[in-house]
Amino acid sequence: MSKKRTIAEINEKILSGKAVVLTAGQVAAMGREATPAEIAEKVDVVTTGTFGPMCSSGMFINFGHTDPPMRMERITLNNVPVFAGIAAVDAYIGATETALPHDQYGGAHVIEELIAGRDVMMHATAKGTDCYPRTEVKTLINRESVNEMIMFNPRNAYQNYNVAVNSTSKMKYTYMGTLLPSFGNATFSTSGELSPLLNDPEMRTIGIGTRIFFGGTTGYVAWHGTQFNTGKPVNEHGVPVGNSATLALIGNAKEMNTRFIRAAYFEKYGVSLFVGVGIPIPVLDEDLARRVMIRNSQIETNILDYGSPGHDILGRANYESLFSGEISLNGKKIRTAPLSSLRVAREIAETLRREISAGRFLLTAPVENFRKTSGLNSLDVRL
Amino acid sequence: MKSRRFVLTFPPEATGEPITYNLIRKFDIMVNIVKADVSPGQVGHLVMEMSAPSKVLKEGIEYMKQQNVECVPIDRKITYQEELCVHCGACSAVCFAGALSIDRKSAELVFEPEKCVVCELCLTACPLKLFSIDLG
Repeated sequence: MSKKRTIAEINEKILSGKAVVLTAGQVAAMGREATPAEIAEKVDVVTTGTFGPMCSSGMFINFGHTDPPMRMERITLNNVPVFAGIAAVDAYIGATETALPHDQYGGAHVIEELIAGRDVMMHATAKGTDCYPRTEVKTLINRESVNEMIMFNPRNAYQNYNVAVNSTSKMKYTYMGTLLPSFGNATFSTSGELSPLLNDPEMRTIGIGTRIFFGGTTGYVAWHGTQFNTGKPVNEHGVPVGNSATLALIGNAKEMNTRFIRAAYFEKYGVSLFVGVGIPIPVLDEDLARRVMIRNSQIETNILDYGSPGHDILGRANYESLFSGEISLNGKKIRTAPLSSLRVAREIAETLRREISAGRFLLTAPVENFRKTSGLNSLDVRL
Repeated sequence: MKSRRFVLTFPPEATGEPITYNLIRKFDIMVNIVKADVSPGQVGHLVMEMSAPSKVLKEGIEYMKQQNVECVPIDRKITYQEELCVHCGACSAVCFAGALSIDRKSAELVFEPEKCVVCELCLTACPLKLFSIDLG
């Protein structure tokens, strides 16, 4: 009879200092010799981590009211436009918004500056109303002066992602980095066997309300992420091939750390934000033990040609070969490089492991599991 | 026998001396030109690998100095702010010379300046803009 345990039982063990907590990397290594039943018997929690560029990120901010008050309608922070179409002094800073014409500096940089505790120049204008008479304000704001900095990212932590190559004779500048002509390189962006959603691919333990490591502090899964897609083919090891599920995440950016939130600019593409995410997976039973044992050699993804308009699928690669620095495509060897930092992903998984082992981070059961969707709508251009 | 890569900076006014030829014939330095950017009337740059015993190499560099040709080891010309690096690997993607790579064990970025060909692709490929080049 295989071992089964509940999240409440695991939390009791965590609080009494008896829980066995390992990183997904450690369990993947153990899994070469141990069986799922043995892992389920020995291990209580497995920690994951990822640190990659995640464009669909941003931050709600509440600036506090001036005297007399103002209903801010147009706002810039360090010259980057932020969304002001919500109540008086609330705004949303989108990571990819840029301070045109200087498109190398954007919302992600403003977010990083604020998290670092630095001053940011704010300029807001309004028409003025009877209840909000002020029409303009220009001042410096920072982490301490504002009331709220709530990071809310609609699409983070992709479950698997494509490999990018370029078949054309010209350099391609993409969100997958600079792609050299004639299959000169291949880029990929996940932490493989350390990646959160690859360690619980059916999201049995990850759902709305799950407590996570987010940008250096505690955050939560708010919802399924945008473009959440469970319709992708699954390989023999139970892992979707190509980009599939995603998470919407929320957390207090005032407590975040620039070690785990960093602004990025991809040449001739635009601004993005490196986001650090770590999710603990409770090993409830043998099935989950089997999932967290997943190794890079068992995780596969599609190789896409970013040189073709439709990003044609050219082949498949597994993460063992991608991390080795070389893949083979139609008999041709292609040099590979990551865009997501395995070094920081390991640090996140290890930090989370330590926090749980020390009893400072308890596990949660999802308030609700994600709905199963089978696919995505594409935009029908009707005019 | 030492083999190192240098960035040679030529002044706009031509020296009239066949520098590379002399390095080979007079000093017996083995040279391998990796990259050349020399136009009449402009500051020129040559990225060159030079192999010779230390003493000879020193004499060759002194000779170039006398000809107003600056000769600086490549790792003092291309630098990156290591302490700010997140080890994402985006720079290694474009480094066809293999000077930038992610170490498989530590997952950290490794920069081997002796392999650098000063193609300058890392300058734009780094999403954090941590690389800089000083060619004078």
